[in-house]
Amino acid sequence: MAENLIQTRDLEKIYRIGDNEIRALAGVTLDIARGEFTAVMGPSGSGKSTFMNMVGCLDRPTSGEYLLAGKRVSELAGDELAEVRNRNIGFVFQAFNLLARTAARENVELPLVYAGVAARERRDRAMQMLAKVGLAERAEHQPAQLSGGQQQRVAIARALVTRPLLILADEPTGALDSRTNLEIMALLQDLNRQGMTVVLVTHEPDVARFARRLLRFRDGRLVDDEPNHQPDDAAELLGREAVAA
Amino acid sequence: MNVLGLLRVAMRALAVNKLRSALTMLGIIIGVAAVIVMIAVGAGAQARVEEQIRSLGSNLLLILSGTTTSGGVRMGFGSNLTISEDDAAAIPREVPETMAAPALRGTAQIIWGNQNWSTVIFGVTPDYLEVRQWELAAGRVFDASDLAGATKVCLVGQTVAKQLFGGGDPLGQVIRVRRVPFTVIGVLETKGQSMMGHDQDDLILMPISTARKRVLGAANLAKQRSVGTIWVKVQEGYDMKAAEEQVRSLLRQRHRLQPGQDDDFSLRNLAEVAATREASSRVLALLLAAVASVSLVVGGIGIMNIMLVSVTERTREIGLRMAVGARTRDILGQFLVEAVTLSLIGGLAGIAIGIGTAIGIAQVAGWRILLSPESVMLAVAFAFAIGVFFGFYPARKAAYLNPVEALRFE
Repeated sequence: MAENLIQTRDLEKIYRIGDNEIRALAGVTLDIARGEFTAVMGPSGSGKSTFMNMVGCLDRPTSGEYLLAGKRVSELAGDELAEVRNRNIGFVFQAFNLLARTAARENVELPLVYAGVAARERRDRAMQMLAKVGLAERAEHQPAQLSGGQQQRVAIARALVTRPLLILADEPTGALDSRTNLEIMALLQDLNRQGMTVVLVTHEPDVARFARRLLRFRDGRLVDDEPNHQPDDAAELLGREAVAA
Repeated sequence: MNVLGLLRVAMRALAVNKLRSALTMLGIIIGVAAVIVMIAVGAGAQARVEEQIRSLGSNLLLILSGTTTSGGVRMGFGSNLTISEDDAAAIPREVPETMAAPALRGTAQIIWGNQNWSTVIFGVTPDYLEVRQWELAAGRVFDASDLAGATKVCLVGQTVAKQLFGGGDPLGQVIRVRRVPFTVIGVLETKGQSMMGHDQDDLILMPISTARKRVLGAANLAKQRSVGTIWVKVQEGYDMKAAEEQVRSLLRQRHRLQPGQDDDFSLRNLAEVAATREASSRVLALLLAAVASVSLVVGGIGIMNIMLVSVTERTREIGLRMAVGARTRDILGQFLVEAVTLSLIGGLAGIAIGIGTAIGIAQVAGWRILLSPESVMLAVAFAFAIGVFFGFYPARKAAYLNPVEALRFE
């Protein structure tokens, strides 16, 4: 097995609301290797979102440590974390979070803008990524002119454009119908087969079945960690659906 | 992200709510327009004062006979011509830093060939032109012998020359002033309008002796040496106030006035008079300055308000930008540039409106205005500063949002 991309040790996050302390993460220790496709599951309040924020370097743990590709990022703050996110992590959100009134290509370029990449190279790389998700012809369309599935594919292109170590997808299919759902999962599986590490946060078993490893959270703890030896193949399901239709 | 990229993002964001952006700019537009008008009117007034002081001659005192009527204009000769040629002669003798020129005034119909014209005639000494800093366009000035012999020579102003001779050369021509023939020996340079709006070029100058004996020669006047006005030029660099006081006390002494008794003449510092007459436009400039500062502050607060709304509306966008790698300074820069873009566009519109208004004021009210590139630059600088100042707080608020909360914001 390849080296561990993600290593967390006793990761703990405590929120203080008034006098109450909420332990959103109560000591999580786990490793995720390069090239894994992991689904993080659990009901709301289980700590899976907090875990995702930690792994995504959006937030800092109260205690414990987090190493991303061997680098201790749990002690970084502010702009250093922004740089880590920019270089290493591609986010895919439930609500797509594309900039309105901004062409798909420019949306995909956005992380490169903050990475300081020159305009010409930004454009080229954005177009490559859009081609990869099958939207090269829609490059100059604005989000409002695209379907939900297309918007999410633009978001995935945006996540890929900095050639990150990790794709972090937070309920990526929550706002999509079942068929589009399969399309997105097929895309993520395809990326994973090409070697991309994918961490998928979801509360739906229906989505998690495409992952090769399942993590279950409850009350801020990792309660279950098991491999899925026979993940469903989204592309195959799509094909079968097409035949049935 | 570079400034150009930020500018594009800002323009796009502002274009989303065009009406809102335009309304937000209104305060800045009015403020900047007021600044432009204020400076244009103020500078115009200043230029006019300076021009009038130049045309009057700087360092000039004017002594008028008797008590003056309103506005400083005496209506013709009365019986109380209290100052005299002897006073005029005494002034430079007692106050060596001065030069004095008496003037006797009258009006007359003048005739040349089949042309005639009604104008003002002044009987003066040769020093008069130097005191008034008035040059000759052609010919010569009469001299001491003309004065002694009361010769019938005269100098004509540009207006008289034009009215009487048209395009012809007045030099050597003989004109009749109250039926007395005078030879024109010189033509004065153009002097322009006085601060009262009188045409200063509509006049004839002649030796004071000639004027007294041959033209304005009412019997009683002829015997006396009284004059209507004395112009006093004070040496450059000598204190005007001191000169004024010295001349005043000299005249009081010569007229044997007791302490406590009112002056029987009027003494004015003309530069001061000219400056006071422009006070009204100064008041307007001050008023505009008040409007400008209030409007700029209100405009700035408007920008801050809208930027705060904008930051709240775009919390998720900010969260997303942070997630994909925007640093604090990127977000700060983005919203600062947006605020400055708002205020600068408002500033440019304000400059256009301000220039238009200033030109309108010049035409309607007849005031002199002076538009300068400096005032435009000042206005731009003001608008820029307001954008930065009032945009900073909202931008900072955006830049320090917590990315997790910003992404989850509904």
